[in-house]
Amino acid sequence: MEYGMTIAQILQWLQAPGLNHFLLISGVLFSLGVFAILTRRNAIMVLMGIELVLNAANINFLAFSRFTTGTLDGQVIAIFVIILAAAEAAIALAIVLNIYQNFNSVNVDEINRLKD
Amino acid sequence: MDLYTIAFYLFAFITLGSASIVVFSKNILYSGFSLLFTFFGVAGLYVLLMADFIAITQLMIYVGGILVLVLFGIMLTTKVINVDMRSGTFQTLPAVLVVAALAGTLIGIFWTTDWRISPEAAGFEKTASKIGEMLLSSYLLPFEVASVVLLVALVGAAMIARREK
Repeated sequence: MEYGMTIAQILQWLQAPGLNHFLLISGVLFSLGVFAILTRRNAIMVLMGIELVLNAANINFLAFSRFTTGTLDGQVIAIFVIILAAAEAAIALAIVLNIYQNFNSVNVDEINRLKD
Repeated sequence: MDLYTIAFYLFAFITLGSASIVVFSKNILYSGFSLLFTFFGVAGLYVLLMADFIAITQLMIYVGGILVLVLFGIMLTTKVINVDMRSGTFQTLPAVLVVAALAGTLIGIFWTTDWRISPEAAGFEKTASKIGEMLLSSYLLPFEVASVVLLVALVGAAMIARREK
């Protein structure tokens, strides 16, 4: 990719989805996830942002596996990412439910005590 | 414009559009349900990347498992009856600056790096059987460790969430 592209080149680039297209989508998805993690008060919204970030990382793994290496290693790593995401969601939601029972709120800026 | 291109832009639009609803919606229930469409769009992108097994795994684990867990979490921790589903935001301005810098850096790197695109990587066939062989040969140790981690995490989650007597 180069900086100085004419409009015709950009149109031609748009018509052939390749590695860069998938990387751009994953970059935008990652940024949206980080924005949710940073700004939302609700702990469950923070979790959703983490899921978006993990999905963006998986898109990157699969895109590089498909376009550059030609092996399936990226797909195996993607499976491990999905496994860890499932474990993380289960643990995090259990913690959130416990916090809700103790504090009657799940806002991350109000929970600032380790014990009552 | 062939079918691949059209499908790519359709899935890209579904993914990014519903992800923005997830991030920017004020109602947390709308965010939860938009996450469903984000996961569907990402699964479509996986199919376009010749990862059919991962796409099915994505649908089963994310949509069938994680999303249901998240929706349960929303229902159990927000006051549905009192229509108090709003979830506020804070630190918006610093977050906008940080995320803009991050996105600019990432997209700049993606755009300017000259990736080694191998011409012979024409795609895969029968990924499921090959992934199974790799999981039981070269990735055997991570596979077993992941299964132990999953077991410990789920038992721990059940123990943490259990109501104390």
